[in-house]
Amino acid sequence: MANIMIRKNDKGYVFYMPKRDIEDSIVSMEFDTPEKWGGEIKLGNGGAYYIEPQSAPARLPYSVRARRIDGVE
Amino acid sequence: MSALTREETEALIQEVLEVYPEKAKKDRAKHLMINDKELESSKKCITSNRKSLPGVMTMRGCAYAGSKGVVWGPIKDVISISHGPIGCGQYSRAGRRNYYSGTSGVDSFCEMNFTSDFQEKDIVFGGDKKLAKLINEIELLFPLNKGISIQSECPVGLIGDDIEAVAKKAAKELNKPVVPVRCEGFRGVSQSLGHHIANDSVRDWIISNRDGQAFEKTPYDVAILGDYNVGGDAWASRILLEEMGLRVVAQWSGDGTLAEMENTPNVKLNLLHCYRSMNYISRHMEEKYGIPWVEYNFFGPTKIKESLRKIAGFFDDKIKEGAERVIEKYTPMMDAVIAKFKPRLQGKKVMLYVGGLRPRHVVGAYEDLGMEVVGAGYEFAHNDDYDRTIKEMGDATLIYDDVTGYEFEEFVKALKPDLIGSGIKEKYVFHKMGVPFRQLHSWDYSGPYHGCDGFAVFARDMDMTINNPCWNMMQTPWQQKAPGSLLKAAA
Ligand code: SF4
Repeated sequence: MANIMIRKNDKGYVFYMPKRDIEDSIVSMEFDTPEKWGGEIKLGNGGAYYIEPQSAPARLPYSVRARRIDGVE
Repeated sequence: MSALTREETEALIQEVLEVYPEKAKKDRAKHLMINDKELESSKKCITSNRKSLPGVMTMRGCAYAGSKGVVWGPIKDVISISHGPIGCGQYSRAGRRNYYSGTSGVDSFCEMNFTSDFQEKDIVFGGDKKLAKLINEIELLFPLNKGISIQSECPVGLIGDDIEAVAKKAAKELNKPVVPVRCEGFRGVSQSLGHHIANDSVRDWIISNRDGQAFEKTPYDVAILGDYNVGGDAWASRILLEEMGLRVVAQWSGDGTLAEMENTPNVKLNLLHCYRSMNYISRHMEEKYGIPWVEYNFFGPTKIKESLRKIAGFFDDKIKEGAERVIEKYTPMMDAVIAKFKPRLQGKKVMLYVGGLRPRHVVGAYEDLGMEVVGAGYEFAHNDDYDRTIKEMGDATLIYDDVTGYEFEEFVKALKPDLIGSGIKEKYVFHKMGVPFRQLHSWDYSGPYHGCDGFAVFARDMDMTINNPCWNMMQTPWQQKAPGSLLKAAA
């Protein structure tokens, strides 16, 4: 588990992990509705993380715990 | 157009790597790439922010350098103690030329060296008592300081001193911020982690100090982040912003003060020049205070115009008009600079190897002068920096991460640039090789290079270096036409 920060730019969600200074675009997010948000997220670099599905944050950027599923550190 | 084709560059990399042992070769190959503008992400082509290979010459610094030297040092009314043996502070003292207005030793302390000067007994018995005493002494001798930061050097981390406890106690006694910064040099692979640690310490100890206090806001408040006022850079940037109608509340951290930093959460927009060293605090302020941040680039007219418009885009028409007015006002001046220097610099090739921002930021300024950047690299960039670099650089140009002394020399021999821009450690090697060189960390004792005023200085300096007649007089004795003539003269 690691802390990540999700923000939005003109192209969509951006993933940022402070601990390792990794910034990347989020190419897909499993759930993206106001009630259910999160799940598996896929990054531009091929990595995948999992965020416990929850109601969408009121404001971005938003820090949340995420679990690494696959690939890139 | 690049000097070499993709295949030639590829061959060059292979040739240079040939001398390394197998394992080293494999490792270093990952840090070199040939640019391809089509790429969205650098991840597959270049590895960065990794530990340097033992046995090679690297130009990197340490986390302490990133924190004390880069982020904390330039805050003028904060005294940064180099806590540990004396060398770290003494050899990094005042070399970066962070200009400030103020009286040194009275209300400004950037270029002084405060250190606990560890001796053997401090290593054996711990240095906390000494630190507490030192802080009291500072308060007595320099009462106008607004705060103190404790920048720990390697030994402090190794012996496990509790600088946090000392800091907390002192802060209470003095009623001023006393910030412990755990930036021991051994943390991380380069100065980059030091920036991060410094940002985190600002986040934890400074940024929310004035939350809830009254502050007279305007809708046009901005803060300049990641401009260290090297040779007056931040001043040259600030006047452009003010002329377009914005109010600059804070400068981080060149010529900045503690109060400015504490007031930053009140601004409308954070302007981020050096992404690498201050993106952390920008992200924090975005999350906590909802302040957006925008990266900008004040090197060279093309990028300045682009950036002014981009910044104005966050504000109303008054500022948008202001931006156009500023552009209109300075365009003739910049055109005159280009008219004067472009004919002298046209077509010259440049290779860059600097810190975490300049290799991509200055590309535009060189292009404005008709020059071409044929190779660029960073000491301590991360992949997000390379993502941003790919777009700026020409196709098939060489990109090198944490380049070793040997590789850099070989690349220079092959690419034969007309100018190299890099740091002091590389400077004299290339001088001896007879290649014009500018020190691009502290602007080679010149500056400012940011903003419109800075561009004039930049263009003049590049011309002065490249077209200096001395480069034709540098043939070594054994290459001279009449062999031995110099030797005879010497004898
Ligand atoms: S690595 Fe350690 S000892 Fe060396 S300069 Fe940095 S803090 Fe000082």
